[in-house]
Amino acid sequence: MAGKKQVARKGSWLVDGVLILLILLWTIPTLGIFISSFRTAYDIQTSGWWTIFPHREWQVTEEIPIPKELDKNGVMTIAGATGAFKEFRAGIETPDGRRVIWIGNKRLGKIQIQERVWTMRTDFTLQNYQEVLAGKEYEIKQPDGSVKVEQGADLSNAFLNSLIVAIPATVIPILIAAFAAYGFAWMRFPGRRVLFIMIVAMLVVPLQIALVPILRDYTRLNLNGTYLAVWLAHTGFGLPLATYLLFNYINSLPRDILESAFIDGASHFTIFVRLILPLSIPALASFAIFQFLWVWNDYLVALIFIGAKPDVQVLTMRIAEMVGSRGNDWHLLTAGAFVSMILPLMVFFALQRYFVRGLLAGSVKG
Amino acid sequence: MTSSAPGAMGSLRRLWSWLLTNTLRLLLAVIVPVITFVVLWQGFIFLRDSQAPKTIIAVVAIAWGVGGVAMLFFVTNWLVEQLPGSWVRHLQPYIFIGPAVAIIFWYLALPAIRTFIISLYNYNSSEFVGVQNYIDVFTERFMLEAFRNTMLWIIFGAAFSVAFGLLIAVLADRSRFEKLAKSFIFMPMAISMVGASVIWKFVYAVRDPADPQIGLLNAIVVALGGEPKAWIQLVQPWNNLFLIVILIWLQTGFAMVIFSAAIKGIPQELLEAARVDGANEIQIFFKIMIPYIMGTIITVTTTIVIFAMKIFDIVIVMTGGQFGTEVIATQFYRQYFTNRNFGLGSAIAIVLLIAVIPVMIYNLKQFRSEEAF
Repeated sequence: MAGKKQVARKGSWLVDGVLILLILLWTIPTLGIFISSFRTAYDIQTSGWWTIFPHREWQVTEEIPIPKELDKNGVMTIAGATGAFKEFRAGIETPDGRRVIWIGNKRLGKIQIQERVWTMRTDFTLQNYQEVLAGKEYEIKQPDGSVKVEQGADLSNAFLNSLIVAIPATVIPILIAAFAAYGFAWMRFPGRRVLFIMIVAMLVVPLQIALVPILRDYTRLNLNGTYLAVWLAHTGFGLPLATYLLFNYINSLPRDILESAFIDGASHFTIFVRLILPLSIPALASFAIFQFLWVWNDYLVALIFIGAKPDVQVLTMRIAEMVGSRGNDWHLLTAGAFVSMILPLMVFFALQRYFVRGLLAGSVKG
Repeated sequence: MTSSAPGAMGSLRRLWSWLLTNTLRLLLAVIVPVITFVVLWQGFIFLRDSQAPKTIIAVVAIAWGVGGVAMLFFVTNWLVEQLPGSWVRHLQPYIFIGPAVAIIFWYLALPAIRTFIISLYNYNSSEFVGVQNYIDVFTERFMLEAFRNTMLWIIFGAAFSVAFGLLIAVLADRSRFEKLAKSFIFMPMAISMVGASVIWKFVYAVRDPADPQIGLLNAIVVALGGEPKAWIQLVQPWNNLFLIVILIWLQTGFAMVIFSAAIKGIPQELLEAARVDGANEIQIFFKIMIPYIMGTIITVTTTIVIFAMKIFDIVIVMTGGQFGTEVIATQFYRQYFTNRNFGLGSAIAIVLLIAVIPVMIYNLKQFRSEEAF
């Protein structure tokens, strides 16, 4: 009975309608840069990305020179439209649905006759991606018709850097945290409680607190701008959460597994590697996805510890830099942003369940 | 006599083999760590100074980073296991927990103290100034602006994320499109704040009124007969709200997923009983659902408040802190890394730390009450 009622309540058109509206609201901004990244630089500069969908637009049907004998300062009649120069500049619509518009200045202009037609702009290209990934020079058509040669952005290098940073910065903390979680859960030693309380206390500490002292240490060790520096930083900032989560999981595994393994003469190390790690895969995967996305999407830590080294810079840094230096080159920015989002989005859609679990557990991170 | 010779021979042989195995053990115990160290050090030097192609460096870096840590654990554990039994029992736990504890101590616990000490000194740490930096934090004009903006982020960001999250969770629970809705609303959580800023900068883009608008918001405004505006440079401090939209866009999915789980946890009988008693859906929402998931609402709100308090990437990418959009975390960065005012920068970081202390205490209390230890 209850099930039937539930089905009956589902599918109210009002609920569905509001929900669809909200979904659109949430997806359209992303759709905008996704579509724009495949449009030519010229198209992006001269029309909104939504013009790829069918819409009505004024199109030129005829171009005529300005009649010589016209009184340009008075009221003129051209091609069935009557008005002063200013009105012609803005365009005059005739009763039969055409528009007469004056292009250019008073002396050297021309007259266009336009008609409103259904159209869509479907001039798609992969050039933006080529330009953004390889750092070569490219010719770009400008809105005023001229051609500009511009330097592409070498994001493939930054993509590789992001991978080099993110993979170890995910695996290293997991490995260290898994050992620690096992130690805290299944070993007894003096200081166990105090040390674990320290880890719990560090869960929400904002990482801003650590940036400067660590930067000073790195300067002393000559580590700034190395991958190792960033790995260790992400390891340090990710470890409290990793240890806490994995502890909760490993601690909840049934005790008799451990005891029977001990009776068989296995050492802690063997039990950990052969038994606990395989059993903990769901927890490890959840945290791995959370940490990978966190590191991949991180900007602040990379900014501080990589800083001025261009050949080590990760994607987020390069994109942020491009926004500053080439803020109006939307063909580059949209493609670049999408390059930086493609991997996390793939992880998201492929591993959504683990992703949600990891994110829920990891939401407290400092 | 006849029996003692083989005995002596036997004990000699035993002594010899004991010596042999232990010398080998000792040698191994020395050689293995030395080899480990040399391999790791060579890897480090290669990574720091090499001019090799990027892909080779990438492979070496990943193998070295991941393999190196695994190797260190393996080798130290192996070393400890060579020791007599009682030693193993006492030392092995520290092999397991030692690295984690040491790294957390070096990267978070100790820096908190070091940053606090730096915050008591002047801009280049040469002179002790007491609480002067803290007085500056709460009186300087640019800091007051940063606090005001951060308050806007916290209040509007958290309120709208929670409200939208709750609304979508409730609607999705009753809709055929539940899975679809959740996926798409949640998707921005996979996107970096830098990427999200590019997405929204494009939405807010503004062109000359004579040209066609390429930013969605201005295109809508023009289509409705308005004038295009530069939204993020607009009337201060309300331009901050256009940046806060990005946070709401990012965090609503998070709130929604947690609320959705909480709503599904409400006993069906409770809702049915209310309906039988004649309550309408609105009443059920406010009188039953909200009180039932209040704990979850508080947790989610706290999480988003902390997130909003440390917002940095969005402001840097969208405005660089111009047009009166500076927040606490960007001021921290500016004082520290642009103005090189270490004292003031540290004081700001400490203020951030103090702001999360209630949450820290709550976590510790939770932990104690769970009696996991």
